[in-house]
Amino acid sequence: MIRKLLAVLAMFVWADVALAQSGPLRLTITDGVIEPLPFALPNFQPEGTGAEEMAANLSQVIASDLIGTGLFRQIPASAFISPYTGFSQPIAYADWRAINAQALITGAVAVSGGQVEVKFRLYDVFSGGELGDGLRFVGSVDGWRRMAHKVADTVYSRVTGEGGYFDSRVVFVAETGPKDARQKRLAIMDYDGAGVQYLTDSGTLVIAPRFSPSGDRVLYTTFESGFPRINMIDVATVGRQQVTTAAGEMAFSPRFSRDGNQVIYSLSSGGNTDIWRTDLLTGQHTRLTSAPSIETAPSFSPDGSQIVFESDRSGSPQLYIMSATGGEARRISFGEGRYGTPVWSPRGDLVAFTKQNAGRFHIGVMRTDGSEERLLTASFLDEGPTWSPNGRVIMFFRETQGAAGAPSLYSVDISGRNLRQVPTVTFASDPSWGPLQR
Amino acid sequence: MKTLTKAALIVLALSTAACTRPDRFGTGADGAGAGAGYGADGSISDPTSPAYFNQTIGDRVLFQVDQSTLTPEAMSVLDGQARWLLDNSQYMALIEGHADEQGTREYNLALGARRANAVREYLVSRGVPTSRLQTVSYGKERPLAICSDETCYSQNRRAVTVISLGSL
Repeated sequence: MIRKLLAVLAMFVWADVALAQSGPLRLTITDGVIEPLPFALPNFQPEGTGAEEMAANLSQVIASDLIGTGLFRQIPASAFISPYTGFSQPIAYADWRAINAQALITGAVAVSGGQVEVKFRLYDVFSGGELGDGLRFVGSVDGWRRMAHKVADTVYSRVTGEGGYFDSRVVFVAETGPKDARQKRLAIMDYDGAGVQYLTDSGTLVIAPRFSPSGDRVLYTTFESGFPRINMIDVATVGRQQVTTAAGEMAFSPRFSRDGNQVIYSLSSGGNTDIWRTDLLTGQHTRLTSAPSIETAPSFSPDGSQIVFESDRSGSPQLYIMSATGGEARRISFGEGRYGTPVWSPRGDLVAFTKQNAGRFHIGVMRTDGSEERLLTASFLDEGPTWSPNGRVIMFFRETQGAAGAPSLYSVDISGRNLRQVPTVTFASDPSWGPLQR
Repeated sequence: MKTLTKAALIVLALSTAACTRPDRFGTGADGAGAGAGYGADGSISDPTSPAYFNQTIGDRVLFQVDQSTLTPEAMSVLDGQARWLLDNSQYMALIEGHADEQGTREYNLALGARRANAVREYLVSRGVPTSRLQTVSYGKERPLAICSDETCYSQNRRAVTVISLGSL
């Protein structure tokens, strides 16, 4: 039953896509409404003493993860007919059907010796059976939020048939101070804004951090020496080192290869900016573009064979794809306006980008041949898309207009639905979404 | 009925790193590179002083949207800068390129590099030794004027020649 509903839901999404692509480069930002799947999540059952608060917290985060996708709706406990009596008790399906719960998530939580044990089950209410096996997670009390995200990822994955993205982290730039004296620090947080940890102080201007594909390291651009250079930071130890690039006045806009052993970046020399690749293991530098125009913002395809980048060789910034070894590039963006910051999707089929047109900024996606361009957002300044691990959601930053203008992080579904602000304590920009954690 | 003992339970141990780490570097100082300090600028009436260079000759030139081409006004300012630098050979110059907030971070960094280099090449063409000139771009990171319209944007699309004594 749940799968059937999701199939219907998926059909709506595809219908929407088909609508958006009809007509030549006529792009419409649709704001359609879909019916989210109703689920019941009785507070997880505390087992033993001292587990009540943990059970309530876990239940709240799991529900929040699912609701945040825009694909699920929580039925309030006040509507429940049968009180939830226990994790091992039989399920009164009729009572859950009566309140139109499609999915039922039950769980139990025990806390002892600094460890948390979470058990949960997922039921398909209308077919009257369990969806997948029960799961048990054990971890330290400190990591309880990760356990909640793991439960929610499992539910999401079983119901949608796609990988989840809740147990993941985002590296970004935390910004404070006025617009003409902005201070910037690298920071890492959970995908939902919790657990912020700062990686640098505010004494040095830093921009555009990028996670390694395995999430163990972060590349970023720093003005530590007075000139833009690329640094690499180890996430676990917070140890920093400069990446030795080819020689030039400025190195910036770095990104990892899939295996994490190579870095592609922009290098400026004599005022001209081209794309280079440096092998972190051998220290070898390879020049990938050689043009008097600006070449920047490179991003590898998931298989590592190609690079999408931004160039103004045509007179205005547009998107191009070339082989990972350089050479001829083919232009893929042909709509009105200027295109930048292309990022290849984890599935390999789409490129997300920033588009500037008629005084507005947009986050959009297109196929890798440039077809089916769709704009997902519009504002005074939207910039810097990054993909969720499952390729379903894009995070970016939105800067408000004027003297008090400041950036915040947002996420949006690739259907264009479910635009949400990601809560951060400070202003925030330049998000880079890391992989699902292990 | 399915019970816990009947169903397969998969146990996943989570490695749980500490969630929060307070600022380990202290609160930090002012943003780096927000224009090098001018220090003792001297008197504006002294033609050999940095104050005279900054204010009377003019330490900056402005650019059109997306352009790094020097306007006639810019060339006239740079002619003055070149003469001053040739007369005061103890000074080095760092040319900072900047962009307005219209445009992506990466593109604006590259655009600022183009602008700084346009100034550098002009000064070199007027006889200033390359060994005394260096360039850097701040892209849109260091706006001078903070409103979001052309009155501010036009001030932010700039290249500033920052002079200092001794080596760069």
